[in-house]
Amino acid sequence: MATRAPERLAAVPPNRPVRHRRLRRHLVHQLDVKGSPYAYVAPFFLLFSAFGLFPLAYTAWVSLHEWTLLRDEQTFIGLENFRTLLADDYFWNATFNTLSIGVLSTAPQLLLAIWLAHLLNRPLRAQTFFRVTLLLPNVTSVVAVVVIFSQLFGRDFGMINWVMSLFGVEGVAWNEGVLSSHAAISTMIMWRWTGYNALIFLAAMQAVPRELYEAATIDGASGFTQLRKITIPMIRPTIVFVVITSTIGAMQILAEPLLFGSYLITGGVDRQYQTLSLFIYENFTKLDFGYASAISWMMFVFIVLVAGVNYLITRRGKGGLT
Amino acid sequence: MSAPAAPRSSKRPRPALNGSTARRSELARRLTYLTLTAVAFFSMLPLYYSIVVASRDNAALADVPPPLVPGGNFFANVARVFDTVPFAMAMVNSVLVSGSVAIAVMFFSTLAGFAFAKLRFRGRNALLLLTVATMMVPTQLGIIPLYMLMVKLEWTGSMYALIVPALVNAFGVFFMTQYLSRALPTELLEAGRVDGCTTWGLFWHVVLPAARPAAAVLGMLTFMSVWNDYFWPLVVLTPEDPTVQVALSTLASGYVNDYVLGLAGTTLGTLPLVLVFALLGKQIIGGIMQGAVKG
Repeated sequence: MATRAPERLAAVPPNRPVRHRRLRRHLVHQLDVKGSPYAYVAPFFLLFSAFGLFPLAYTAWVSLHEWTLLRDEQTFIGLENFRTLLADDYFWNATFNTLSIGVLSTAPQLLLAIWLAHLLNRPLRAQTFFRVTLLLPNVTSVVAVVVIFSQLFGRDFGMINWVMSLFGVEGVAWNEGVLSSHAAISTMIMWRWTGYNALIFLAAMQAVPRELYEAATIDGASGFTQLRKITIPMIRPTIVFVVITSTIGAMQILAEPLLFGSYLITGGVDRQYQTLSLFIYENFTKLDFGYASAISWMMFVFIVLVAGVNYLITRRGKGGLT
Repeated sequence: MSAPAAPRSSKRPRPALNGSTARRSELARRLTYLTLTAVAFFSMLPLYYSIVVASRDNAALADVPPPLVPGGNFFANVARVFDTVPFAMAMVNSVLVSGSVAIAVMFFSTLAGFAFAKLRFRGRNALLLLTVATMMVPTQLGIIPLYMLMVKLEWTGSMYALIVPALVNAFGVFFMTQYLSRALPTELLEAGRVDGCTTWGLFWHVVLPAARPAAAVLGMLTFMSVWNDYFWPLVVLTPEDPTVQVALSTLASGYVNDYVLGLAGTTLGTLPLVLVFALLGKQIIGGIMQGAVKG
């Protein structure tokens, strides 16, 4: 469209004012077509630069300083913060807790989500009801989730210990032990996110051609075999996507341990469930911005590493159609 | 959501099965319903339980077995919530922040989505890829400098700190790009061009009306996630001028043993969203699933 206009202009008889006006209109049109797309995408990139990219880069700069809000000047200390960090037991404790809670919450959650999506991916009555209830936990705020679950996981009067006592199991002090507290926190995360991920999987499953299942049914393949041999290979890109986003989410867990410990920023009296984010927050509230920034960047490195490893596993691990 | 890939009807003639396979599939059917019902039950249980506790008094919590039906103290407990934290102000703040962010995200995402889906410009693919890549950058990483920035701008303690950085996000842009590239016929835009529309005119008269269903879903999703946002408001706001989540965390932290108070506040802060969701859940789920299917 744009290339045809000049030809027409050239064909116009040499009538100067008209040509002038047309040329101007042409230029305005060109500017509109060529320039306006940039203006339309600009708000996102401007905001991301100011409130996403700049902070990211600035964190790196701050991490190389002895930097607190208490003093006006900041001393450049190079990698000193990182050196201290690598020798800090609390840091490694937080790293272990983050990985432990991450694995405990993510692995069962994703398997469960795939299975639930598989169940929903059939003709069923009350489809909408099941889908809506599946997403209900995700609508509930994290504060509400933790307050509710802390009550459920209470040692003396909590419902979970009560149900367990019906089966003759002795009550557990959920927020005292390492494993028990990790299990409790993972339960909250699973409860909140399984349904959401199931819906994402379901969406991908519905794009799988029906004929594949029909052929497999004729061949006598069971539902589970079809899930393993058809569904999972066909939705692998979505699985990779969900695994990566879940990993990133799991590495950043903060609100659950913070609130589960009744707002204790150490994550339990003995730091049983202090995660990396919580450790950053602890140093942030101490106004030790340099150190907190250094932890942030270590966390970023971990995220990239863990996400990368997961990417390789999910891409290569499963043999299948493709 | 208009039933993508219509599910197989159970009445359709199936391939001949022998007896044992038929029985096995009947059993599988029942197990499916049983499992899904159990999942639905456990999805609703904690919310139900919080209503039960919120409508009783602290003494009832020590009962064995625990109370299973709501009591009559809900409004008395709610009144206590309003006495303990500035909950009314928190509600106003939350509505203000979530509402303005949702509207802005709807507008800017549709604008950028239109450009990415339907306009041709140099570097479009690279910019779109960059947009998607930014979704992978963990937000918490930048919290410290973001906070320092807010101190410089003197926005700490102010709702600007929540609204301005959230005006548009990568997810929204990507979501609208996906939707518009599928749902908006290019012929419609060409017709508009022939009629002499400028690009802005096309956006205003053609794209915005066509984008309405997806934008509404995006708006609701945004509203909910901003309403539920916790960490950033906690860092940047003061307890005197909180959002609902910050007020709730004050309740949960300061009154550790007063579970009834905590759960009354929680119920109060969650019920509006749950009601909205119960009414519009079908559309929201349709939107999530639409956004989830790639290319």
